[in-house]
This record gives sequence, structure tokens and C-alpha cells, in this order.
Amino acid sequence: MSLEVLWFVLIAVLWVGFFFLEGFDFGVGILQLFLGKNERERGTYIFAISPHWDGNEVWLLTAGGAMLAAFPLWYATFFSALYLPLVIVLLALIVRGVTFEIRHRADFPRARLVCDIAIAAGSFLAALLFGVAMANMAIGIPVENGNFTGTFFDLVKPYALFGGVLCLSLFLTNGALFLTLKIEGELQLRAFKFSKIAIIVTVFLFAIATILAVKYTIICLLSLALISGAAILVTKHYLRTAFICVALCTASSVAALFCAMYPNVLVSSVSPEQSLTVWNAASSAYTLKLMSIVAAVFVPIIIAYQSWSYYVFRKRISPRKANVEV
Amino acid sequence: MDEIVFLSRLQFAVTTIYHFIFVPLTIGLGLFVAIWETESYRSGNLEDERIARFWGRLFLLNFAVGVVTGIVLEFQFGMNWSEYSRFVGDVFGVPLAIEGLLAFFVESTFLGLWIFGRSILPKAIHLACIWLVFAASCISAIWILIANSFMQNPVGYVFNNGRAELTDFLALITNPYFLHQYPHVISGAVCTGAFFVLGVSAWKIREGSKDVPLFEKSFKRAMLIGFIGVVLVAFSGHLQGQSVAKLQPMKFAAMENLKETADPAPLSILPGIEMPAMLSVMVYNKPSGEVKGMNELQKAFEYRYGPGDYIPPVWITYLSFRVMVGCSIAMMCILLYSLFRLVLMQKPMHKKALILMVFGISLPYLANTAGWIIAEVGRQPWIVYGLMPTEKAVSVGVSNGSVMFSLFAFSVIYAAMAVITFILMRREIYRGCVDHSSGIPRRAA
Repeated sequence: MSLEVLWFVLIAVLWVGFFFLEGFDFGVGILQLFLGKNERERGTYIFAISPHWDGNEVWLLTAGGAMLAAFPLWYATFFSALYLPLVIVLLALIVRGVTFEIRHRADFPRARLVCDIAIAAGSFLAALLFGVAMANMAIGIPVENGNFTGTFFDLVKPYALFGGVLCLSLFLTNGALFLTLKIEGELQLRAFKFSKIAIIVTVFLFAIATILAVKYTIICLLSLALISGAAILVTKHYLRTAFICVALCTASSVAALFCAMYPNVLVSSVSPEQSLTVWNAASSAYTLKLMSIVAAVFVPIIIAYQSWSYYVFRKRISPRKANVEV
Repeated sequence: MDEIVFLSRLQFAVTTIYHFIFVPLTIGLGLFVAIWETESYRSGNLEDERIARFWGRLFLLNFAVGVVTGIVLEFQFGMNWSEYSRFVGDVFGVPLAIEGLLAFFVESTFLGLWIFGRSILPKAIHLACIWLVFAASCISAIWILIANSFMQNPVGYVFNNGRAELTDFLALITNPYFLHQYPHVISGAVCTGAFFVLGVSAWKIREGSKDVPLFEKSFKRAMLIGFIGVVLVAFSGHLQGQSVAKLQPMKFAAMENLKETADPAPLSILPGIEMPAMLSVMVYNKPSGEVKGMNELQKAFEYRYGPGDYIPPVWITYLSFRVMVGCSIAMMCILLYSLFRLVLMQKPMHKKALILMVFGISLPYLANTAGWIIAEVGRQPWIVYGLMPTEKAVSVGVSNGSVMFSLFAFSVIYAAMAVITFILMRREIYRGCVDHSSGIPRRAA
């Protein structure tokens, strides 16, 4: 495998990390508002992701940084083309991130409700727009000579919006399952009930996505099989395995997208010659080699200590103990 | 200047300056929190734990804003400066990606472990977590400053395929600009932490409560560390100034508003007040030596790069340099006074002096901001010194309206965050140390 292809795969891996990890914490961010009946209950749900959300978000930052280092043309074109959606994503992430820290310092229940709404809104917008962005990568965007030539409305076509809804639905399922595994009692039951509905909707949406898929229907079918398997496992109460299936489904969906694009990294909807490819968007061999060494050393270490952090906080959360004093 | 260039630069200035309000405190206060946690670990004393956690709560509030505003910076190079990213991504992306892999993951994961693992983790490992967070924030500074140093003094690259390509990683990370900049930035961050602790402690001592001894201890420690910090700031600043004089003579001349080449060159204290030969002393450590003026440098630049205006906005750089040095001198005076009073005279601080310390919190912030304005505005009209002009770096496919919208939206959110953070910080300071021993958690904290 050439270094260019290796980095294409590695960037896909970073996006998988982000979509899986931040996927469930976006899901939890939205769900807490609807599943929690009062601020204590919502707080308990949020507590399930409190130690992790920041570490999860770094996968996104690193995916961005890696795109700049390994495929500067991809990074430059993609990020400037999706300017407005990204501004909204950034605003959503800012509001959401800072609210986690504000929430537990807010004294009035009403202030906490505002915080919870902000967390839910931020998570919702980010989840939806990341789906839109990914769908745009699949169908291509109007790009000529590396510059965006369309308008905002070229980015929110029905297909892209469908991608957003699919992403949202997957994240909600993921979040509900995560909560079912992390929380005890009545709140767990509520999350479990929701996950049963969410996963059926997601299976349905994945079925449509498979029909609409541009290319590589085999991997799309794999995603569909995985999410359907997860749905069956949920009904049989094999929740841990179902959660793993959803994670694998996230991975195979990102893989399907990247396979559909390959050898392009950014498809131009204007003409195929305008598309950026793995070859013409990549950095020099020296940079790729250097970054490969850094990634080979550090990515396993990162996965090790992040896993350890999940292990440290493996204990189920009971609503009574959900309040930690900083 | 093109409107889009102006808007993009303004947005970059707003988001970066705002981000860098929080970063130095993350590093500086992080050091203090880690020291207090160590002390509390060693003594096992509840009082030590209370004060450690008090500073920890302020640290977290500040950290949160620093993190979320940092995300914008990671994406902005592609969103607003796509031509720049295309041109230097091969070089510039490397330190940025390494920063994520080496620093951000450690910082965020171990911060989570430190906050929520207090009663779960073994005490020694819990302590290691906060030290890892502090170390990671210093490592993060290494890589982002390596990236910035490439913009100031490009090294380790060749011009190939119409772009800059990295050829020498070692040269990139031993960029002389970086080696001089890093100590200056880090010691500035230590001063920020120290003056924050000094100001807050002064407030609490003045207010008077049963915890006054704890804050007096904090005050003394911050005074000593702050003093070391300020001395290092001055020393490293002197070295960095000399390095700028060598690597970016135009920035140096603009900083001093030196129009004509002079030998020996006088130092302008304020407009109209000059100290003869002092600028030569600063550059060469002796009262003679030529310092090039802007007019001569402009001619040299024109000869090399063709017609154009190569002089950065002089009044901004000139003024910022005076603000930076002025604030540092004020910091030094405050610390000398406190040292004199507390150590030599063994007397408590004067009540009025304590109020002064509270306002003193603003000094390192002003100095940090002014310092970065010198570095970035003084580099103009280049985005990469001598290699790429700023106006050629902006995204072509992004409309004025889009940037106006984002600039407006970021400004509004940032202003709201500033207000909320300020209110919450003040409340946290007002509340002071919390009694953790009672076993009754603070209301749903």
C-alpha cells in the first residue's frame, strides 16, 4: 500500500473514531433533554458522558489536523467549500462544550434547563450537519480548481439532508444504547425503551440508504446487516453485543463512504477532472513518511489510555451518585 | 486592502486573541494547581485539599473556554485561508497534526480522569493526571509555536510543485525563532497564572474569612513563582528581541518606529523621548552597532520581491511593544514591592496594595495580547515571512457575506461566553474554599 492510500485509510479511521465516540455523546446530549423529566435526571444522563466528551472531540480535531498534514488540498478545499455549515458546527460545538462546564455551576433549576437545552441543541445541530457534510462528500460538491463555486443551497440538497437524518438517527441509537449500558434503574429503562424504537427507525433509514447508495453496495449491505443484527440483539437484550454492532456499523458506514470516493478524496459535481484524488491532493513523500511514524507510535498509545479511561469509569451510574463535586 | 482579506484577518484576530486569553492561564494556573495537588497528596491535609480544589475549579472554568475556542483555530486555516493551507500544508500541517496526537488527547483524557476520578483512582495516579494535563498543555504550546515559527521564519522546506514542501523536520523543530519564542511564551504564561493567583488571593485576604491563612500561603507562593516568571520573561524577551532583529529586521524597526538606519541607534521610550545608543545596546549588548531603519529595509525588500509596501502597520507594533514592556515593568514593580513588604519587612500587605493586586490580574493579559499583536501584525504584509503575502492566502471560494456572518456570530458567542465566565469565576471566588469533609455534597454540584 502506498503512503497516500495508507493516509486515506488512516483519516477514515480517525473519522470512525470521531463518529463512534462523539456519536454516542451527541446522542446522549440530545436524549437527556427528552428522557430526563427534571434537572436531576437530565444531570444523571449527562454525567454518563462528562468524563469522556472532551476526549472524544479530539478525534475530530486530529482528523482535521491529519487532513491538513497529509492532504493539504483536500483540507483546504473541503473546509472552505463547506464554510457556512462548518461555522454552524463550530458554534454548536462551542456552545455545547462550554455548557458542560457551566451547567453544574448554575444554581437555579431554570438556568440548568437553559443549559440542557443548549447541550441538546448543540448536539443536534452538530450531529445533523456532520451527516450532511458526509453525504456531500459522497455525491460531490460544485468545486472548480479547488474553489467552491456553489452556494449554501447546493450543500443542503435532499440527499445531503437525508444523510443528516441518517447520521442523527444512528447517533441517537448509539446514545440510547450507551445510556442503557451506563445507567441503573428507571432512567436506564427509559433509555432502553427509546433505543428499541430508535434502532428500528435507523434500520429503516439504512435500508433506504442502501437503495440510494452510489457505489459499493456490498459495504452498504454490511452496514445494513450490522444495524439489523443490532436491532435483533436489542430485542433479545444482548445490549453489549448490540452496542458493538452499532459501533461496527458506524465503522462500515464510514468505510462505505471512503470506498465510494476512492481514489477521489473530494468529488467535484462540476466535472470528474476537477475532483481531488488521493494522488493529487497528498503531501510530499517525506511528510507522509514522517507522519506515518508519528501516527504508528502514538495512535496505539492514545487508544490504550482512552480505553483505560472508559475502564476507570466503567461502574454503572445510579442517579443518587451522579453528582460529583469538582 | 481587499474586503475579504480584511474580514478574514479581523476574524482571525478576534478568534485567536480571544483564545489566547484562556491559554496562558491554562498553562500557568495548571502549574499552580498541580503544585497544590502535590502538596495535598504529600500532607494528606484536608486544608491543603480544599485550597487545591478551589484553584482547580477556577482552572476548569478557564480550561473549558480555552478548549472550545481552540477548535475554531484548527479549522480556520482551511475555512478562511485555503490558499495558505494549500501552499504550506505540507509543512505547517505536520506540527498541527502532531499537536493533536501528542497533546490534545492526553490533555482531554487525563483532565476527565482528574475531575471525575478523585474518589475512584488511587491517589498517586490521580495526582499524576493533573501533572499530565499540565505537561500536555506545555507540549501543545511547543507544536503550535513551531507552526507559528515557520510563518515567522520559514525553514526546513523546499519550493516544489508550486508549494512549500517539508524536507528537514529537524530544522523545522529547531527553528531559531521557535527556540527564542517558546521560553518567552511559557514564562509569560507562568506570570499569568501567578498574577491570577495573586489577585484572587489578595481579594480573599482583603475580604477576610476563616480561610485567610490558606490564601496568604497561595499569595506567597504565587509571589515567588511570579517573580521567577517575570525575570525569565524579561530575560527571554531580550533574547527574542535580538533574534527578531536578526531574522525579521523590518518587524524590529517597526516596533521601534526607526525610520532611518542608525549607528549607534537610539531607543525610543515614548514618541519624542529617546535614549541615545540604547537600541544598539539591546541588539548587540554594546553601545554601538548598526540597526537598519524601515526606509532602507523597504528598498531592500523592493529590490528582492518587487514593488510593494513591505512596512507593517507601524503604530500598532510600536504601541503594542510599549504596552507589553510597560505591563511587564509594572508586574516587576508589584512583585518587588510585595517581596520587600512580606519577606524583608515581615509585615502583611497594605490593604490598598491588595486592591492594586486585584487590578494587577489584567497586566499579564495585556502583555500577552500585545506580544502576539507585535508578532503577527509585525510580520505583515507576509503570512509566511518572505514567502507568501497575506492577501494571496485567503480562501477564494468564500464570499464576503459568509465571513461577515461568521465574524458576527463568533463575536456574539464569544462576548456571551466572556460575560458568563466572568460571572461564574467571580461567584466561585466569592464562595471560596468549600468544606469537603462534611460529606454533604454541594447542592447537586
